Amino acid sequence: MAHDEGQQHPIKIYLWIWLLLFVVSFFSYMVDYLNIHGPMRPTLILIFMFVKAGFIIFIFMHMQWERLALKLAILGPPAAILVLIWLMALEGGYTEDTRVDYYGESTFEAQAPPHH
Amino acid sequence: MSEAVMDNVAEAPGMQGVAGDFSRDRQVFGVPWGKAMMWIFLLSDTFIFSCFLVSYMSVRISTTDPWPIPSEVFALSFGGDPIPLILIAIMTFILITSSGTMAMAVNMGYRKDKNKTFWLMVATALLGASFVGMQAFEWTKLIVDEGVRPWANPMGAAQFGSSFFMITGFHGMHVTAGVIYLLWVAIRVKKGVYERRGNNYEIVEIAGLYWHFVDLVWVFIFAFFYLW
Repeated sequence: MAHDEGQQHPIKIYLWIWLLLFVVSFFSYMVDYLNIHGPMRPTLILIFMFVKAGFIIFIFMHMQWERLALKLAILGPPAAILVLIWLMALEGGYTEDTRVDYYGESTFEAQAPPHH
Repeated sequence: MSEAVMDNVAEAPGMQGVAGDFSRDRQVFGVPWGKAMMWIFLLSDTFIFSCFLVSYMSVRISTTDPWPIPSEVFALSFGGDPIPLILIAIMTFILITSSGTMAMAVNMGYRKDKNKTFWLMVATALLGASFVGMQAFEWTKLIVDEGVRPWANPMGAAQFGSSFFMITGFHGMHVTAGVIYLLWVAIRVKKGVYERRGNNYEIVEIAGLYWHFVDLVWVFIFAFFYLW
């Protein structure tokens, strides 16, 4: 079993993933820098986010080489968060609707920051 | 069932192996207990950060006031035109760099290279400390110059401040704790504590798991709070 010596892997893998993390981070910053808007913005943000998260979890945190039992025990439960996101998004939309219905549209006017 | 048969079940691929791992009446995950416990702690931490991010989503959806544009709020000028989100981008790169040095420290630990492990861990901690320093600068700029408070700000929805201070504050606290944890382990590496305990550097990987998790959380904060 590989576990007897712990998680020892070639340095090359780490250097590659390190480099890729830099590249993908640069891309995700470019989403903002190049002013990408519309449906492309959330799509790109999510893609780059999940790619980075995957590299970190599976390579740097060695999840790739752990037993399936550990993978399922740790990565399975967070799936419940998707339900929470769905419920709170519904709730948030409803709250906004009732606020507009009862208080009307926002009359907020942005001011210049005080010390500029 | 005999030991040999049980081992075969545990070594089986897919769900049969999982069933074997859970039913053979020994340690399940095939990792040292410290590592399993760190993973379980990180799982619980995942839920805490998720709660913060989901509540941020919830208040951002439900407010009728305009949400301040992070790209503009976090822009920074170096003499010329303000560059959008530049400080946050630098902080992101610093954290990724520190994740790389940490991964190398873990690797050097398993190669029993005491000196390199120590210095790579110190480098990781220093990068982490500089991240916290930049965050302190960012908070100061936001509070003093931009007038952002947890209950109000001049740019838009009041919930912006409370979400921002709660989420980045809790993350910054994790980074700070990580810096202390890493330095503590690094000093013990240097003193030869783990060398004397059967030359076992498993603890470096466990500390590394925590550090990579802090970087992982930042990936989500960067995507949802700063870019979205």
